[in-house]
Amino acid sequence: MTTFIIRRLLFSIPVLIAASMLIFFSISIAGDPLGELRTRPNVDEGTIDRIAERKHLDDPIVTQYGYWVRDAFTNNFGTTTLSNQPIWPDLKRAMWNTLQLIVAAEVIAIVIAVAVGILSARKQYSLFDYTATTLSFLGFSMPVFWLALILQVLAVNFLEATGTRIFYTAGLSSPGARAAGFFPFVLDRLQHLALPIITIAAISMATYSRYTRASMLEVINSDYVRTARAKGLEEKKVIRKHAFRNALIPLTTVITLNFGVAIGGAVVTETVFALNGMGAYYIRALAERDVYPVMAWLMIVAVLVVVFNLLADIIYGYLDPRIRYD
Amino acid sequence: MTDDPRHIRPTSADTQESALATEEVVEAESAATDDSLYREGLRVEARSQWQLFRRKFFRHKAAMVALTLLIILFGSAIFAERVAPYSYDEPDLANSGVGPTLTDQHYFGTDKIGRDYFSRVLYGTRTSVRVAFIVALLSTTIGTAIGAIAGYYGGWIDNALMRFTDLFLTLPSLPVLIVAAALLGSGQPTRVAIILALLLWTSLARIVRGSFLSLREKEFVEAAKASGASDLRIIARHILPNALSPIIVNTTLIVGTAILIEAVLSFLGFGIQPPTPALGKLIDDGRNAMLTDWWLVTMPGITIVLICLCINFLGDGLRDALDPQQQG
Repeated sequence: MTTFIIRRLLFSIPVLIAASMLIFFSISIAGDPLGELRTRPNVDEGTIDRIAERKHLDDPIVTQYGYWVRDAFTNNFGTTTLSNQPIWPDLKRAMWNTLQLIVAAEVIAIVIAVAVGILSARKQYSLFDYTATTLSFLGFSMPVFWLALILQVLAVNFLEATGTRIFYTAGLSSPGARAAGFFPFVLDRLQHLALPIITIAAISMATYSRYTRASMLEVINSDYVRTARAKGLEEKKVIRKHAFRNALIPLTTVITLNFGVAIGGAVVTETVFALNGMGAYYIRALAERDVYPVMAWLMIVAVLVVVFNLLADIIYGYLDPRIRYD
Repeated sequence: MTDDPRHIRPTSADTQESALATEEVVEAESAATDDSLYREGLRVEARSQWQLFRRKFFRHKAAMVALTLLIILFGSAIFAERVAPYSYDEPDLANSGVGPTLTDQHYFGTDKIGRDYFSRVLYGTRTSVRVAFIVALLSTTIGTAIGAIAGYYGGWIDNALMRFTDLFLTLPSLPVLIVAAALLGSGQPTRVAIILALLLWTSLARIVRGSFLSLREKEFVEAAKASGASDLRIIARHILPNALSPIIVNTTLIVGTAILIEAVLSFLGFGIQPPTPALGKLIDDGRNAMLTDWWLVTMPGITIVLICLCINFLGDGLRDALDPQQQG
């Protein structure tokens, strides 16, 4: 196992180098990084020249790439274009906020989706199964941002109708919440994050429940489950000890590989709910056409995707002893 | 058999004659059998692939309902000029902020400056559908071509092409599409469509490559090679028709994906720009007034959900009808 992990880690180095080249060269070729700044009336020639010099924009593109890589390693991805602010502190804070959002959403999605998927498979073609299928199709068909907006409208209408506030519809916490003590702060954070969590969870849930259902159906119809039943084991035990565990193996891969989708969902959800997370950071940088934070963001996400892929392989090997890595 | 030499060494004319005769006899015979079987209700008839598909597909109720709805939705969007009661950008300040009503044909109400929202949604759907069809056509062509070349030739071509598609998988698709649209897009529908297509072909390429890898080992490919068919002919005429099912399903589903992604891009402000109406942009514009004028966000949203739901059900029906072994 250790050799496998080391080999996979070594293998991911060329993947990440290729990804960094793809990110840097395609974004650099896409347009002049200062093109938008040049059109701003309040930015003078001198500032443009200073930025061009600081970012080595007059050098050949390969040299620029070298500077960028050096900056990424020694200087935490360097600074933003115009304001020359360090990228990493802001991005780190945003990552932490997004992490809370995604982890909570994924946990909720997994718990509900696994339960729904198993019930659907056990009662295939029942009313419950059809309802679950239709709902998950609805999940696939719904634009994430639209779901977020509808939840916002519902929450506000609820507040106006009853006068009690359960959910906040924007931001991460109320002003002064941190001073009120730990538990009030956590509660306040939960009230703020609840709707974004529901939004992201709903989308993941659609995928996970379909996968659980499919893999559970396959397992239920397999020989060893029939054997377990034939030897007189009660149905509960057959499902819990024999079927369930094996049905979950493919799901772990789906969940770890779903990270990219979750990040995509966060981009949209955070924009709607005005959360200061990775997604909002990305959109803000793009709206300002500030390519350096955008490249840093993409590179960090690429690293995370590679890490999650590795995790998927390790968990898979742990859960399924038939897999041998040497 | 007689000893007549004519029968031992028949001339070509004879063969033809006798062949014709035999055919006639067989025909007459089979007609008789058919007839008798028919009377007993036992007629056996081999169904073509197309008939098999049609039988299964037309029995898939959900897919049929979805197909009907899609034809109505796409039809009224494509012929928006004829269907829409108003133009999409004609303000009418006397009737601003009207809710959905049947009077004056404001079925979806009007927006802040009195533009008829039903017409706006129709024209928006037309833009989205146009984009989605271009994306489906282009990405299917690219994905099929790359997958076919990789799968048919194998070796280093396959390796290079697959590593290239792998590279796209290290980056999540939505953020990549957003950055591409933000830096390259000009807000024109065609340009947005091309950007989407250039980034959405990877999954199809993998599927096509998989089918080609297994199909190229089949006997009929060997036979085609032996009879001197060119590579292009083998790929296009012999292998491709056999790999068509997943391509058709994928193309259908891509239409839905493209509509969803275009909506996200337009909503975030990186997709289609006004004055061209697009569903995502309509929702974004409606946001500011969504607490009072609920229809501004709801109506375009429901249109997107309805289209994508229908496409998903249609794709499901197609998959069941085309490939009974694969179930998703």
